[in-house]
Amino acid sequence: MAIFSKFSSLFKRAHESAAHERGHIDWQELESTLISADLGPTLAHEVAQQLKEDKKLSLHGALEQLLVTKERQLNLAVAGPTVILVVGVNGSGKTTSVGKLGALLAAQGKSVVVVAADTFRAAAREQLETWAARSGLICFGGNDGADPAAVAFDGVSQALERGADYVLIDTAGRLHTKEGLMDQLGKIRRVVEKRAHVSEVLLVLDGSTGQNALAQAENFTAAVEVTGLVLTKLDGSTRGGSALAIERSLGIPIKFVGTGEGVGDFSPFSPEGYISGLLSQ
Amino acid sequence: MFDALTSRMSRTLAGLRSRGRINPVDLESTLGEIRTALLEADVALIVVDQLISEVRRRGLEALSLKQSGINPAQQVITIIHEEILKVLGTNARSLATAKRPPSKIMLAGLQGSGKTTLAGKLALWLKEQGNTPLLVACDLARPNAVQQLQIIGEQIGVPVFAPESGNGIGDPIKVAAEGLAFAEKRLHNYVIFDTAGRLGIDVELMKQARAIKSAITPDDTLFVVDAMTGQDAVNTAHAFNTAVGIDGVVLTKVDSDARAGAALSVTSVIGKPILFLSTGEKSQDFEPFYPERMAQRILGMGDVATLAEQAKKALDEKSAARLEEKFTSGEDFTFEDFLEQLQAMKKMGSMSKLLGMLPGMPGAQGAAMKKQIESIDDSETDRAAAIIQSMTPQERINPKIINGSRRLRIAKGSGHEVSTVNRLLDRFTAAQKAMKQLRQGGSGMGAAAGLPPGLAPSSGSMGARAARAHERPVKKSRSGNPAKRAQEERG
Ligand SMILES: Nc1nc2c(ncn2[C@@H]2O[C@H](COP(=O)(O)OP(=O)(O)O)[C@@H](O)[C@H]2O)c(=O)[nH]1
Ligand SMILES: [Mg+2]
Repeated sequence: MAIFSKFSSLFKRAHESAAHERGHIDWQELESTLISADLGPTLAHEVAQQLKEDKKLSLHGALEQLLVTKERQLNLAVAGPTVILVVGVNGSGKTTSVGKLGALLAAQGKSVVVVAADTFRAAAREQLETWAARSGLICFGGNDGADPAAVAFDGVSQALERGADYVLIDTAGRLHTKEGLMDQLGKIRRVVEKRAHVSEVLLVLDGSTGQNALAQAENFTAAVEVTGLVLTKLDGSTRGGSALAIERSLGIPIKFVGTGEGVGDFSPFSPEGYISGLLSQ
Repeated sequence: MFDALTSRMSRTLAGLRSRGRINPVDLESTLGEIRTALLEADVALIVVDQLISEVRRRGLEALSLKQSGINPAQQVITIIHEEILKVLGTNARSLATAKRPPSKIMLAGLQGSGKTTLAGKLALWLKEQGNTPLLVACDLARPNAVQQLQIIGEQIGVPVFAPESGNGIGDPIKVAAEGLAFAEKRLHNYVIFDTAGRLGIDVELMKQARAIKSAITPDDTLFVVDAMTGQDAVNTAHAFNTAVGIDGVVLTKVDSDARAGAALSVTSVIGKPILFLSTGEKSQDFEPFYPERMAQRILGMGDVATLAEQAKKALDEKSAARLEEKFTSGEDFTFEDFLEQLQAMKKMGSMSKLLGMLPGMPGAQGAAMKKQIESIDDSETDRAAAIIQSMTPQERINPKIINGSRRLRIAKGSGHEVSTVNRLLDRFTAAQKAMKQLRQGGSGMGAAAGLPPGLAPSSGSMGARAARAHERPVKKSRSGNPAKRAQEERG
């Protein structure tokens, strides 16, 4: 938290801080702090520049401005179950997030169906089944190598029959650069939509991802129109600043954060907490 | 993806070239560009700053020597390349082997870094060389990690020692020790220990990893790190190295388009070499590490010579001829020409071939990404075209008049941010400069090979290699329509 004292004058509002105080700011160091949090050199520079120009702006305020969306609730279906598709690169924490989000919703008294549409990675289905068993979720899955779109379709159909409130579809990890796999994701969505509208597409982003995060978000959005981010592994030493660039450039809100491997280590995104985290060292 | 150091530097370098001599001020601005490029590639800040000060020192030294005949810009690039290579190439080696088998390999790293998949790849690689590896499932934390390893083992035909089913039950230290005893008894000559993912700041789990290590005394303890990792790579590598002790590094998910600066961060902070790359989801997607390739990837330098050849084919004969005419007649390069080039670029043939030339991205993966890249390029081209089309004819011919308010209007008109317009203008100015220089007989920028100079990949390709490539005479195209021919060749 050393940074708070170092840049303390940046935290005060204009009427509290004399303009000349900003003359004492080590701008280079401020940029370094932001770069270390994975904001990237360009965005870090931009924030510093804004603060130099607008003396009324606080550091917190400048970073908060980058969080351009205000609505962070899950998009709900008007009728029938709310269908949520969960996507992301390999190992980002999709299955874990499906398990934890399912538990969160179940704790609110909702009936939740999780669908294991990762038919590629070894034991992916079993991993989700383990999560479902932990929190009393209903789990549907296909056999290894089955067509993930068909599995997702069947899962959603089952959820409709049961009158579930939520269907969470876990998908196989894929790098955003693999054309064929991205097409497959589009197909999963299209096939599911024959049955029910997909209300939410959550991109699960590993909090330690660097500047490649934006490319990930761009490509996944191009394939399946991402509507929200889940930022994982924030319990580590990483600060997750690359998500800021995503929300800023693509207007995709960060909706949830993952902070551990336990079922409760998952919460709705809080801008204040996130920004404080970015600035802590 | 092409928009890397070289494209960044082309602007600065164009300036350097025109003067033909580098001075300390030029050097500083060049270093600034290098710094930004490395940070954009996710090289950790402290590593970048160390590197920059070393390049500055050597750069100034080179300046004082005033060697004639050596292009100073090239010199700076060569220095940075050398410095990166020095870090990446330190202690380069292959897998350690025990004097008395079995050789023990322990994998450690963050959650989701790709350890289990890698364990399988490593085992297959060893097996294919006639070894008899055993996999030991010590990740008892992540749900069904044991089962995942068992399935992988079955797929590649390598036995898996897994006495515990995991999911939070069982003692990984005990499993590791028993696994080793089992391997010794069964005369396996390699044992690979897969461990649970853990955070560098998790004191308890770090202790556990050290205990596993003490129980088996590995010949090689490998730190597994995701190529897409950002600035945190240094912290994590440092934490694992202090708490557990790391002998080498494996970089995973290298088939992504990340510039993989983490490779440099990690090797720099722990001073241990990268041994292997994990480059896909299949068990065969596994390669030994080549420092040279990785240095080029981080710097963003592809095989520029061939890139230039490809681009040349894409320019159709007519517009190439028109450009040449403009060029020799001394007319200024305008936005009209720029637009034409962009459109030619769009027609450009097999991007997969180009991708195959990019460091770290071998042909097969390049092919898979082919369409993807084409569409990225297209959208960029479309964006540029929309902006140019929002300019008045006067602005297109004489871009100098495009002031702040005109930029704002163009931005509004084209539906893009002013910053996007600015970027395009910057790129254009760089291209224009390059064209001018060429005419004045400067060293060959991309355009000499028919390369659209305004495009990042092309004007950006002025690394040392590119300069070398352009010393070759430019061949005339043989066919009537090069774009078509490129297509035909692609089949
Ligand atoms: N520390 C921590 N680990 C996580 C978090 N989310 C997921 N993980 C771990 O990251 C690894 C990969 O997660 P998984 O859900 O299998 O990723 P997937 O491949 O995207 O489905 C597993 O070891 C998870 O336990 C988190 O928020 N914090
Ligand atoms: Mg999964």
